[in-house]
Amino acid sequence: MFSWDLLIGALVFGLLLGCFYAAVSIGLSLSFGLLDVPHIAHPSFLVAGAYATWWLAGFGWDPILAGLFLAPVFFVLGVVMYRLYYAMFEKHGSDAGLRGLAFFFGVAFIIEVCLILVFGVDQRLVEAVYIGKSIDFTDDLRIPMRLLVAFAAALLLTIGLTLYLGKTYMGRAIKAVAQDQIALSLMGADPVKVKQWAFGIATAVTAIAGALLIIIGPVDPQLGRIYIGRTFCVVVLAGLGSMSGTLVAGLILGVAETIVLTFFGASWAPAVAFGLLLVMLGVRPQGLFGR
Amino acid sequence: MKQGNPKNITRRAFVGAAVAATAVASTATFAQGAPIKIGLSIAQTGGLGAGGKAALLGLQMWRDDVNAKGGILGRKVELIVYDDQSNPATTPGIYTKLLDVDKVDLLIAPYGTNPTAPIMPLVKQRGLLLMGNFSFEVNERIQHDMWFNNAPWNDSVTWFSGFMEMGMKRGAKTIAFLAADAEFSQSLATGAKNLAKHNGLKTVYDQKYPPNTNEFSSMIRSIKASKPDVVFIASYPSESVAIVRAVNEIGVGSTVKLIGGGMVGLQFGPIMESLGSQLNGFVNYTSYAPEKTVEFPGLKDFLSRYAVKAKVEKVDPLGFYLPPFNYAIGQMLEAAIVATKGLDQKALAKYMRDTEHKTIVGPIKYQRNGEWANARVMMVQFTGLKDKDMEQFRQPGKQVILSPAPYKSGELKFPYEKARN
Amino acid sequence: MSGKMSSMGGNNRIFVGGCIAVVLAAIALMTGVRTDYVFNASYVVLQFIVLASAWNILGGYAGYVNFGTSAFFAMGGYTALFMIKMFNAPLLVQIIAAACCTGVLGLGIGLISLRLRGIFFSIATVAVAIVLETVILNTDYFGGAKGLQMMRPEPIAPFTSYDTMLFFVMVLMAISAVAISRYIEQSWIGRGLRAIKDNEEAAECVGVPTLKLKLIATVVSGALMGAAGAPLVMYMRFIEPVSAFSLNYSVSALAMPIIGGTSSWIGPVIGALLLGSVQQIVTVTISSELNVLIVGVLLVFFVVVAPDGILGLVRKLRTKNSAKGDAKGGAQ
Repeated sequence: MFSWDLLIGALVFGLLLGCFYAAVSIGLSLSFGLLDVPHIAHPSFLVAGAYATWWLAGFGWDPILAGLFLAPVFFVLGVVMYRLYYAMFEKHGSDAGLRGLAFFFGVAFIIEVCLILVFGVDQRLVEAVYIGKSIDFTDDLRIPMRLLVAFAAALLLTIGLTLYLGKTYMGRAIKAVAQDQIALSLMGADPVKVKQWAFGIATAVTAIAGALLIIIGPVDPQLGRIYIGRTFCVVVLAGLGSMSGTLVAGLILGVAETIVLTFFGASWAPAVAFGLLLVMLGVRPQGLFGR
Repeated sequence: MKQGNPKNITRRAFVGAAVAATAVASTATFAQGAPIKIGLSIAQTGGLGAGGKAALLGLQMWRDDVNAKGGILGRKVELIVYDDQSNPATTPGIYTKLLDVDKVDLLIAPYGTNPTAPIMPLVKQRGLLLMGNFSFEVNERIQHDMWFNNAPWNDSVTWFSGFMEMGMKRGAKTIAFLAADAEFSQSLATGAKNLAKHNGLKTVYDQKYPPNTNEFSSMIRSIKASKPDVVFIASYPSESVAIVRAVNEIGVGSTVKLIGGGMVGLQFGPIMESLGSQLNGFVNYTSYAPEKTVEFPGLKDFLSRYAVKAKVEKVDPLGFYLPPFNYAIGQMLEAAIVATKGLDQKALAKYMRDTEHKTIVGPIKYQRNGEWANARVMMVQFTGLKDKDMEQFRQPGKQVILSPAPYKSGELKFPYEKARN
Repeated sequence: MSGKMSSMGGNNRIFVGGCIAVVLAAIALMTGVRTDYVFNASYVVLQFIVLASAWNILGGYAGYVNFGTSAFFAMGGYTALFMIKMFNAPLLVQIIAAACCTGVLGLGIGLISLRLRGIFFSIATVAVAIVLETVILNTDYFGGAKGLQMMRPEPIAPFTSYDTMLFFVMVLMAISAVAISRYIEQSWIGRGLRAIKDNEEAAECVGVPTLKLKLIATVVSGALMGAAGAPLVMYMRFIEPVSAFSLNYSVSALAMPIIGGTSSWIGPVIGALLLGSVQQIVTVTISSELNVLIVGVLLVFFVVVAPDGILGLVRKLRTKNSAKGDAKGGAQ
């Protein structure tokens, strides 16, 4: 049942959904892509951000405002997290890979349980003026406002981070630390300080993305498990550490999923996303915009 | 013997208590015997966790009530409960532990279909009575004759026919299906599709989506493009929420007379409260709505006592959906033990099969497959809801019962686009 | 050299003796204990010994972290289901078929490892798991999302119940898995895999047949995981995709060797015994969200406090003690 009308719709919604995927992945693009930290707990932080947003929304806060407010809190959390990680693994040298992975897995489980203990196992959602309403372009093409919010947020985050990494001193230092730690320390900057700052930013961005997560749909404490696959898929597809690449990869994932579910059946959508990833890994392991 | 508040005693409970009293008198030495152990696993984490916790509270209230009156046949009731994490892989181990190590006298099935599925062959092979807890068509393949599912449905026909007839009465010719690719929703959707076909409804859209999908905009748009008269949705809680939102945002077009049907989650207090006015116009199944046409002795009292406890336990504050039915499971077991004067599984099962049970969710009679003989899947339409108000759901008139006929409390407002305002 | 050889022989004798002792203990348990629960719970722990040992062949020795254990495990289960539905095959045939199928899947993963290393390899294995799960979900023959319930056939004599039979089969599988993992560790394969772990390029330069070794590791590891999954259908009397492909299997298969120690065959066994039993006990005692917490806390604790697992801890204690002894000797 193909029609141009459906195709256009699928493309529009795919792009919007893709923006959302990019937004929830961009923090990981920093922490894993640039800093090489195997941050499996990233989606758990995302869900934690969503729950914190829900909690603040209970006092009448707007979810986006709550997300912005949470960003500095999460920044501190990220710095602490990185210090822990550094003290336990990076300081002692190379073989952090497997152990680092296991460590973050453990952290993810602990966050999950803490969320259950504090908030219970119910699905939580928030209300806001832009949730449950749409902007009507034509009667046939109505676009939910919450998707537009995700779209704007993803765009702003990508542009903001790209500018930050490209134009500011600290941003350049972060990029440098990803490429050559020794050179950076020769220049007089402390790579550990740079990395902890970067990890803080990555976590702060995750708080904002967490607010988006609960704006898009309901969350439960174990939602993070599903996003492990998706976020890593986007980051790897993008090529590690590329912010604009993350946006493009998110868009590709979103469009591919939507087209498949519109024309071939929704139940095949996850296979397509990860099939795409497998092909990508086989053909061009460094990703679309890999360094 | 201590008696409960006389006002609360239903006739069955009164008769039961009287029989119990004589039984106690005749076997005085038995009175201080070991407690009757009832074992079950119920999800407290994972996808079914939210419902499971509320359901468990209902069962615990029954235990407390029974023990306050001195137990059954003079023996206290003890519940042995484990968390199956909504995962069917854990239940075989848990139930053999319950049987072999804890030596429970009676079993209640886990909440939900999936965790129950592995238990069915086990109880059949061991010849045990099993009280079901809101599972769906789980006895279809196994055909265990000592299975009694306490859920107000029977099979997909009893579930779907009320919904379908409402649509057909309003001249519906076409139908769209949207169902989660998971156990319960697929069983329901498969049955519903057959029935729709049989009745000459044309399927114009048929989609199964993977569990945990959170964005339905494009699916709803495709449904709209296929211009159906009826939209049947079988979904799980988080997706139900996402679908309701997407329908509000995208719209489903002016042709749709009826939308909803099998959406799990729209019975849970916290979810209903958060969705508020977005629910208006949806028609969905439920097990109970506080309408004037629904009067079961003891239910109101149960719900008000439940509300107090739910606040403390931080579970669903309304508790319409699962808790009363869990309480009723306890009531049925109690009556069966009293009537058969013992814990013989075969005798208990025979009693379960042959008797019409009086419970706080109304009279229950079982048919051969261990499901309710008179299924009562209430189809309600949400109307006149405001945002952010939990208490409104306790009022009549907010969830208007459209079917089945004996409980009908209002007429269907249609088409959906008009009914939502 | 000859001295070392003979000590190896002695170790082998101890190992074989240990295996026989385990089998005898299992038989004693089966004749002495009448509660099926003991066998059910032990079955799960033993299943994790197989999974953890299998994972360690690739992850511990060669340093290729497989995140997709659940894919192999579930594929084993679904192969068994296919064999039951198609040929009404007995358990042994189910297991062999499952091992063959997942061995081939392992070969595929091995070919992926040609191009991908480190976390990329891990992500690829996750992707394989999700693609496979989606395929199963969409295949009505396997029951799709609804899953399929199965009645168990009568147990084969001399077993009195199917639970004891499954238990005994799993005992044998666990012993085989451990023996294979031990053989690989101590043979030229293990040495080669360790060389790959330390530095793959360097290993290749000095003539280590890296591709062949990696393929051996992925095939053996995959086949063992699949074999462990094969009896799942009959154990659960039910199979459905979401629980068969559960992330729990992947995480446990990785966590157990890490907790026990990845450098030797005994590490995964210790880890599986410890974590597996704790999980079983917690399920039927505390029984709440704390269940999930235990895995998390144990993981973090061991990774931080005992980087080389329990094995590493023991080794450290030993060297400390012997150093103490030496110091004493020196003082005298």
